[in-house]
Amino acid sequence: MPEVRETLLPGVGVRHEFTTETGERLAVLTHRGGRREIAVYDRADPDACSTVLHLSPGDTRTLAEVLGVSQVSEALVAVQQQVEGLAIDWVKVTAGSPFDGRTIADGQFRTQTGASIVAVVRGDMTIPAPGPDTRFVAGDVVVSVGTADGLSRLRHLLAP
Amino acid sequence: MIVAAADSDAALTFIEIGAIAVGLAGLARLAGRLGITAIPFYLLAGLAVGEGGFAPLDVSAEFISTAAEIGVLLLLLALGLEYSSDELRHGLRTGLVPGVVDGAVNFAPGFLAGILLGWELAAAVLLGGVCWVSSSGIISKVLADLDRLANRETPAILNLLVIEDLAMAVFLPVAGAMVTGGDLAGSVVTVGVAIAAVAVILSIALRYGGHLSSLLAGGSDESLLLAVFGLTLLVGGLAQQLDVSAAIGAFLVGLALSGSVQERAGALIGPLRDLFAAVFFLFFSFQIRPGDLVGALGPAAALAAVALSTKLLTGWIAAGRAGVGRAGRLRAGATLMARGEFSIVIASIGATLDDGADLGALAAAFVLLTAIAGPLGARFIGSVPRRNQRATV
Repeated sequence: MPEVRETLLPGVGVRHEFTTETGERLAVLTHRGGRREIAVYDRADPDACSTVLHLSPGDTRTLAEVLGVSQVSEALVAVQQQVEGLAIDWVKVTAGSPFDGRTIADGQFRTQTGASIVAVVRGDMTIPAPGPDTRFVAGDVVVSVGTADGLSRLRHLLAP
Repeated sequence: MIVAAADSDAALTFIEIGAIAVGLAGLARLAGRLGITAIPFYLLAGLAVGEGGFAPLDVSAEFISTAAEIGVLLLLLALGLEYSSDELRHGLRTGLVPGVVDGAVNFAPGFLAGILLGWELAAAVLLGGVCWVSSSGIISKVLADLDRLANRETPAILNLLVIEDLAMAVFLPVAGAMVTGGDLAGSVVTVGVAIAAVAVILSIALRYGGHLSSLLAGGSDESLLLAVFGLTLLVGGLAQQLDVSAAIGAFLVGLALSGSVQERAGALIGPLRDLFAAVFFLFFSFQIRPGDLVGALGPAAALAAVALSTKLLTGWIAAGRAGVGRAGRLRAGATLMARGEFSIVIASIGATLDDGADLGALAAAFVLLTAIAGPLGARFIGSVPRRNQRATV
């Protein structure tokens, strides 16, 4: 995940900026009242913006929804409502965890605990439905679904 | 009641004020369409209805002068409300060096011009102040209109405005004291008293500001509006009693409020400030004889030429320190060029001086020129052509 830089704009709000994987520089300016601007920096003059998009607080919510920020949690809530006896837990991979730097497949969690890992939250980013080759990094929050018993065993494995 | 006692006078007052307000509304609209601030138009309107203008007013002058004084207080209150204490601290940390450069290179031309014109010291100092302070109102409008808030040079510009804002907390009472002080010895004493008074009020404001804010936070918008308006006049009046300018009292009230109360009060006071500030600009030039203004145009143009380039230099330096490239540095300088509301506020402090009339006329002409040249310069200097298509790799 790229570094996000925060800049205070006195009397206006806060600006967060980062560089996308294709090399575009992008900034989100949050006004005090909640209005936002999304700006794309100019390639010829990196200090100026070539495109600025103005978003109301409502537009921001719509955009966030579309970009999937809330998708994982919504899906989880839906699952929990559908199946009784099913629990959801969040476990943090600590620095000393035996799985820091190892993949989901390495742990054979499903076989050992019956619980499924449905998402990994890494900083501001969420990896929904992670594959078996997803590698854990210390600080990851592992979201899993299973029986209460299975989840407690999973917790024991990941953060002993 | 006035209405019963002087029916025809009241009716005339209403008609005059109403006609002025409608006229100002038209001017504000015109300014909005042209994409510049309405202040120059208000100043011209004041000339037209003032002594020797096209349509001089008489009966409502007293009401207008009181409203104008309130306008100054609200302008300064809004300035104090503009920044949170975090932003002030941050601005002070990052903007101190550019702020000192800004003060030095922009105060000097005005001060020297005052000396060259043979004015008394206090008037020259005030002209230095007129020349120094950029218009935060014009600049924030220009930045928003040109979609430059996200630009990389913008934090440098905004931090400089924060520093100027804080510098006013010292400059206004000192200048005010010099005006009332008379001779040099008297000035030293009154300046000392003024600084002490500001220090006391400021420490009270910072110490008990939180209490004040939480005290005010509970009520409705209506009660908050009245409380903030009332406090502003009250503290302003008390400051005036101590020979510190009332404006500085209002400014400190704005600084004292914090958190959500600060934000709410800012939103509530905004429209009220616009109304009374318009009256203030009108009244300021109302007192200027059109002949004086025409006479001041020459020196004002010369001063403006110097002052525009010194601001360009200031912005160039400030943005350069933030690692911004050539075009961005030019943009920062050009954006900072506009002078406006606070230059007029500073000039109005010197109204009672012997050279007060000349100062007023020169300041009005100077603001007329820079408030128009500033936004135009910002639009064209260092701007990149807008491209909306996606940049290709």
